[in-house]
Amino acid sequence: MIYFDNAATTINKPKCVKEAVYNAIDTMGNPSRGAHEPSLKASRLVYETREKLAELFGIRDASRIAFAQNATDALNMAVNSVVNKGDHIITTECEHNSVLRPLYRSGAELTVIKSDACGKLCYDKEIFENAKAIFINHASNVTGNITDLKTISHIAHKNNMLLIADAAQTVGCIDIDVEDMGIDILCFTGHKGLMGPQGTGGIYVRKGIDMKPFRTGGSGIHSFDREHPSDMPEVLEAGTLNCHGIAGLNAALKFIKDMGIEEIYHREKALTDRFLNGIWEIKGIRLYGDNTADKKAPVVTLNIDGVPSDILCDRLWTEYGICTRAGAHCAPLMHKALGTDKSGAVRFSFSFFNTEEEIDKGINALREISEL
Amino acid sequence: MREKRSYCIMTFGKTTEAMAFEKMCTEEGIPGRIIPLPVVISAGCGLAWRMTEEEYGRYSDSIKGYEGVYTLEM
Repeated sequence: MIYFDNAATTINKPKCVKEAVYNAIDTMGNPSRGAHEPSLKASRLVYETREKLAELFGIRDASRIAFAQNATDALNMAVNSVVNKGDHIITTECEHNSVLRPLYRSGAELTVIKSDACGKLCYDKEIFENAKAIFINHASNVTGNITDLKTISHIAHKNNMLLIADAAQTVGCIDIDVEDMGIDILCFTGHKGLMGPQGTGGIYVRKGIDMKPFRTGGSGIHSFDREHPSDMPEVLEAGTLNCHGIAGLNAALKFIKDMGIEEIYHREKALTDRFLNGIWEIKGIRLYGDNTADKKAPVVTLNIDGVPSDILCDRLWTEYGICTRAGAHCAPLMHKALGTDKSGAVRFSFSFFNTEEEIDKGINALREISEL
Repeated sequence: MREKRSYCIMTFGKTTEAMAFEKMCTEEGIPGRIIPLPVVISAGCGLAWRMTEEEYGRYSDSIKGYEGVYTLEM
């Protein structure tokens, strides 16, 4: 099997991640709930993982990071706290339903930044006036285009807006520094580029932004208060954390630190470039996104003329053992902008653990399918 | 019967503060350990740090990050 669906989830996790989850299941109690060794072991692990995330994202105070189930969970928390009915909120055509659906449900008045035929954002600074916040991804899950968050946060902050970034497709692949990039709230998942287990992720909230509890319940602190604690991180963490998953995430973060984000990015970029160079001239191929950009997430989305995207994806799997994703990619506005809302498209997404040999087999498979 | 001793108990507002405190003490070789918050003390976090009065006297200038400190016979 060749796994090219890493933008959905990575399955080639470092061995240390699997071992950490197993060990946690075997030894860890409930974090924040006791002073015996199994509970303290879990509490220490949770704290250490917050610190590692803080270091990864350039965050000074680790307690500004709360754990979440995934990026969708984190984005729902952000919308729940930041957006009230009738607020003017800006978002973009590049967004995933993890942002769009919570925003639609919030009753906010939305301004949606358009994109061009390559999926690149086109906006005037004027549209930022009188808005409360912008919800924007760091990279599109369809095109892999990277958003220049630093420039956008500069405009947003000049207009007293918050910038909420969805980094589902970039954490672990591309360097993120929340202070340098001007990110007020960062939503991320643990199971994609960070190579941790599914069910892990989190949210960073800049100091000075008050969050509303997304769920309420046990917190391990202030047990006699009727209200859920209002401080980060407890305000966004109710009930027992996914400590077993967080243990895997902790190990993954160590792996990423040891490898270095730059090294991981260059590896994935090299694989992506090799794939693009190999498929460029295949007859009937249609590529989406800005594939000539200096920097992009390791995602290539395409169609082959005359081959429906679902058939292409299925043939890749059944005839070549290659895992890709077909159809719509939970980003309806992006597909409309690219003209693939009816056809769908096939997404190849690469990881640090893919090989040149696998890339070449993918290229060869597309060439053969295009010729038949 | 277990003999009682006098301890200094440091309290915290939340678990992250308790964990940060424990980490600091471990790294700097400061004695003591995490215990369940004694019921006679009111604090946000259910975890507390316990050290003897003598130890507290020796290290009080170099420890920080706790909410309150109480003396208890335990």
